[in-house]
Amino acid sequence: MKIHEYQAKAILAKFGVPVPRGEMVTKKDEARAVAQRLGTSVVVVKAQIHAGGRGKAGGVKLAKSPDEAASLAERILGMKLVTPQTGEEGRIVRRLLIEEGLDIKRELYLSVLVDRVSGKPVFMASAAGGMEIEEVAKDRPEAILRETIDPATGFQPFQARKLAFGLGLAPEILNAAVPFFQSLYRAFIETDSSMLEINPCVVTGDGRLVALDAKVIFDDNALYRHPEYKELRDLDEETPLEVEASKFKLNYIKLDGTVGCMVNGAGLAMATMDIIKLSGGSPANFLDVGGGASEDQVKNAFRILLSDPNVRAVFVNIFGGILRCDVLASGVVNAAKELKFKIPVVVRMEGTNVKQGQEILRNSGLNFTIANGMKDGAEKVVQLAGGAR
Amino acid sequence: MSVLIDKSTRVIVQGLTGREGSFHAQQMLDYGTKVVAGVTPGKGGTKHLGVPVHNTVSEAVNATRANASVIFVPPPFSADAILEAVDARLPLVICITEGIPTLDMVRVAAAMKNSHTRLIGPNCPGIISPGKCKIGIMPGSIHKQGHVGVVSRSGTLTYEAVDQLTKFGIGQSTCIGIGGDPIIGTSFLDAVRMFNEDPDTYAIVLIGEIGGNAEEVASEYIKRHVRKPVVGFIAGQTAPPGRRMGHAGAIISGGQGTAADKYKAMRAAGIHTVQSPAEIGHTVAAVLGKSKGKSAPKKKSAPKKKKHGKR
Repeated sequence: MKIHEYQAKAILAKFGVPVPRGEMVTKKDEARAVAQRLGTSVVVVKAQIHAGGRGKAGGVKLAKSPDEAASLAERILGMKLVTPQTGEEGRIVRRLLIEEGLDIKRELYLSVLVDRVSGKPVFMASAAGGMEIEEVAKDRPEAILRETIDPATGFQPFQARKLAFGLGLAPEILNAAVPFFQSLYRAFIETDSSMLEINPCVVTGDGRLVALDAKVIFDDNALYRHPEYKELRDLDEETPLEVEASKFKLNYIKLDGTVGCMVNGAGLAMATMDIIKLSGGSPANFLDVGGGASEDQVKNAFRILLSDPNVRAVFVNIFGGILRCDVLASGVVNAAKELKFKIPVVVRMEGTNVKQGQEILRNSGLNFTIANGMKDGAEKVVQLAGGAR
Repeated sequence: MSVLIDKSTRVIVQGLTGREGSFHAQQMLDYGTKVVAGVTPGKGGTKHLGVPVHNTVSEAVNATRANASVIFVPPPFSADAILEAVDARLPLVICITEGIPTLDMVRVAAAMKNSHTRLIGPNCPGIISPGKCKIGIMPGSIHKQGHVGVVSRSGTLTYEAVDQLTKFGIGQSTCIGIGGDPIIGTSFLDAVRMFNEDPDTYAIVLIGEIGGNAEEVASEYIKRHVRKPVVGFIAGQTAPPGRRMGHAGAIISGGQGTAADKYKAMRAAGIHTVQSPAEIGHTVAAVLGKSKGKSAPKKKSAPKKKKHGKR
């Protein structure tokens, strides 16, 4: 689960990570008031969206007076920010973070995440702060320092010192760096994050270390341990259909093609998207109805698929194991009757009770195309969706 | 022969009395798997599905000489269940549960480093040696005893591949679902190594997906050490970057873990790559058909090749 920068900073502050003073606002007058309260000669007006690259897109501005902060806030609120991470559709800015301006001497990069290869948390740091870390990793991998952490003993002070010296921090800043890094690691562990990134972490003119930006992604699997994080979710930042799907425990990701897909199992769902592409079409979505989908889930899955106006045909690809083909077929038939959709549906079923399932489809009096295998199904649905694009 | 499990494998089910545990334990019993005990704390001394239930794993192991365990307990209790099985020194533990917090698995993986236990999963369909033993949730009926080893991060996509093989009359020695999570007990590399060393496995099918670099690591090993034919498929060729495609581990992040990279590594290793998921069975049939006559001399020539490489 992603959260906003201002929320991430509030959490980090609780763990003792220094962050700039600031407040979240949703109106221009609030922006003026906050700027006045902060009282610094410069304040920063930062658009709050769940995507990086805000600065380049015009979502981060400096204001030299409370009035300027207000006028910038007025301009940015409601603006549609398009960054490499938002895709073409962009994101509407609904919240701003108004922060004190700092005298920045250096910009660093810091992050904590779980390294899949070692199976352990790794603390990464780089003197190339403020840049896309992927770019740094590609061009100058040696510029990224890494400390792998033994989960049994935790992040040790010597590791924090190694990173600090590696970053070339002056000795007087070192005393601040070690607890800063350790607090960051503690926040990562105790919030069950899957990623925590400070880019940039700045060294100020007066020798302080401050988290100028903050990105925290929680591990969805661990949210049950942190019920208080539920209220941090911002549904405005998510695709409405994906929000709707999550209510029914359906795993749905919207894409931009014309063939709606309904599949059981994530791997098969991805493979189904792939074979649609290979057959000359383009998938409208990823949708995994799960191993033991109920009739109700199948119905809701259809409703969500069909809410996407780009969908021209639907491909149901089910390998029945736990999910029996007859249950699936009844679900599809009931969904078709209830939702009265006209869009052509190609059904490919295999596995448990496949004969009964096909019988149910045939006897429904509805116009389903029954496919023989994945390839046949993909070719048929692409044709029904209007052929190759 | 098969890898990891066979007719003599004695299985305990952790979470036997739960809904999932009950359903799949029954399916395993029907398949002929020796399910010798269940573990549900507080229900020790009772019987469920005709199987004795114990309070702890070590109690169950002592009473039954079990040598494998399958875990069906809910995510918040799974790490504990795995560690309990490790503590009871079970050589093989299969964790089916999906949704275990990553940091729980970080701790489990660290604790297992010097243990006697091999973990398969979590978030996996399990393992089956057709006709001998099934530990997991896969439909037994689609499998056929034979000589192809299948290893995959996915569930239903594996069934799809196995079904294609069976329809071509190609049986499987063992099928291992290693799981879709970022941190798993048994990797592609581990599975490939076992299949390579198993004389009863003649060919290997590797079904990967986007995210991580486990397919690349296995490809590197295959390039150096494997003379058996390997067929490979990667799911997620059309997946957008930065999005988790159902499995917690299926994500392209920072340009890493793309299907294109994995295909490239597989091709460089001499793996027969398949672009379409519908062609997996066909490709294996073609590869086996072609190498049928050659397989014997190929095996003989393998040690020669090694000599060349070393000297």
